[in-house]
Amino acid sequence: MTHADFQFKNQNNRCELHLCGDWQLGEVPAGEALCEAVPADCKAIALVTEQLGRWDSSLAIALLQLARWADAHQISIDTSGAPQGLQQLLNLATSIPAYKTSEAAASGGFMVALHDVVNNQWQSLRDTLIFTGDTCVALGQWLRGKAKTRSSDIAFFIDQAGPKALAIVALISLLVGMILAYLGSVQLRQLGAQVYVADLVALGMVREMGALMTAVIMAGRTGAAYAAQLGTMHVNDEIDALRVMGISAVEFLVLPRFLALVFIMPLLCIYSDLIGIAGGAIVASSMDVSLQQYILQTRDAVDWLDITSGLIKSIFFGVLIAMAGCQAGLNCGRDSNAVGMAATNAVVKAIVYLVVADAAFNILYDKVGI
Amino acid sequence: MMAGEPFIAVRDLTIGYGNRTVQKNLTFDIHRKDIFFIIGGSGCGKTTLLKSMIGLLEPQKGEVLYSGLSERDSVNFYRSDEKIQAQLLNNWGITFQTGALFSSMTLAENVALPLQLYTDLSEKQMAEAVAYKLALVGLAGFEDFYPSEISGGMHKRAGLARAIALDPQVLFFDEPSAGLDPISSLRLDQLIVQVCQALGSTVIIVSHELPSILSIGTNSVFLDAQTNTMLDTGDPKKLLEHSQEDKVRQFLNRTESRVEESL
Repeated sequence: MTHADFQFKNQNNRCELHLCGDWQLGEVPAGEALCEAVPADCKAIALVTEQLGRWDSSLAIALLQLARWADAHQISIDTSGAPQGLQQLLNLATSIPAYKTSEAAASGGFMVALHDVVNNQWQSLRDTLIFTGDTCVALGQWLRGKAKTRSSDIAFFIDQAGPKALAIVALISLLVGMILAYLGSVQLRQLGAQVYVADLVALGMVREMGALMTAVIMAGRTGAAYAAQLGTMHVNDEIDALRVMGISAVEFLVLPRFLALVFIMPLLCIYSDLIGIAGGAIVASSMDVSLQQYILQTRDAVDWLDITSGLIKSIFFGVLIAMAGCQAGLNCGRDSNAVGMAATNAVVKAIVYLVVADAAFNILYDKVGI
Repeated sequence: MMAGEPFIAVRDLTIGYGNRTVQKNLTFDIHRKDIFFIIGGSGCGKTTLLKSMIGLLEPQKGEVLYSGLSERDSVNFYRSDEKIQAQLLNNWGITFQTGALFSSMTLAENVALPLQLYTDLSEKQMAEAVAYKLALVGLAGFEDFYPSEISGGMHKRAGLARAIALDPQVLFFDEPSAGLDPISSLRLDQLIVQVCQALGSTVIIVSHELPSILSIGTNSVFLDAQTNTMLDTGDPKKLLEHSQEDKVRQFLNRTESRVEESL
């Protein structure tokens, strides 16, 4: 391969651009070099390509740069000496005028940015309220037996959210129970009251950690899956297809997921409570607390009110996870990147909702004396 | 490459998925600068054949041999080392049915991707090359648009711009006109011919769009779903008149009569 080169030669009031060597992608002089080399008194440029070897579109790119520069300096270019393919490439690239986007709105500084942020937040809040309203309406329809919700879908999502999550919920709950027990043991051992580890673990799991940890697992596992499923359906126009069939996407797609999660969450919460308490028992046994003592202490520490308060939380958490996941999925954009964003949004939103709701529940329980 | 040797030689090729054979005993030649159509009814295995030609589906039997694209002649992609495979891939441009643009990237980023991977152009040179390739397919000014912001026809043209980013010697198209109106389809055909003539590329197109086949095709192979093999190969305009296979003539004629009726 010979090196790509060029030379300007003055011939009777016009200059000839002699191209020689192989002009191949990555091996050619930059277009700017051509522009800079044009003689100052040049009024017209003619291409001479007798010594031109192999060439590809990189030559066309350099010549187009030269043509733009020449146009700005009112110099004409004659390409008739170029090979036919090269002429075709030059003509094709200039045959359709460039699309001009409307001028971008000038940045209005801090106030405009603030307005945009407030506006976006308001829009997001409005969408959430509308979605909540739609879900309530759909739920009402379902309770009256009029919703277009398939019971097979509900069963399918219960199976997905429940039995298939048992292993991960068990692992996390066991560890959380053990962590609570270790946390308490440090203090209680100093007082010689190790047996109260059972109270700490039982109350901690039943009132708080059982519901919260299950909810966090389900937000990451099931909430994200809901967002990705509905987002992909949106990308594939499946949701539009439902709409034109006169089927409400909320009734057909959201409600089965919502009902499945609301049904399964309290069951998983009870399961998590029991596993967590068992985890506490493992740690307690290493602190000279017998299993019998631990069970008796646990039974005395927890009453039905504690259990109910945890279950109410878990039902509400199920509602929040399903809402966050499904809303993110239905509001998803139409590309693969948007599906990923929807799944991320679902998880982040659900966890924020969970923590805020948990704090609100604790304040409420405190006020009513539960 | 020796004189007279086919550019791409398909020899006794049998293709399929798992134990299922889709097409068998395919033997045909593709020559340099051919506009070659893989023709056949829906479900006959046109895309499967394309996949096996571009290294996505290993044949069950037989081989596809490429000459003049790498340092060795008569190269079988599946039996080559990584170096030869990279040389072949560098010389192939592939446009998928939907354009297969990366949705998280702008059109400019989509076209720039092969340049970033296979060349060491400066940022400015790359931007010039990308702008040029988009201008070539009539998308100048759309550099900063995302795939979700452009129409289906523009998707296909942007896919073509990405496929020709490295000036490939062979361009593969999977159903380029699918889903386009007749005018857009005609324009895309013209664009493919113009771009490929200018770049000196060989074109292989999977299609059952007979107006396209008969207007721009210079060579073809006809696949049959019932016998699971090829029925004929050659210039589609000649096959229309002189194919020994009734099925091929009927397939190509049907469109002709339909076009005449619609006129």
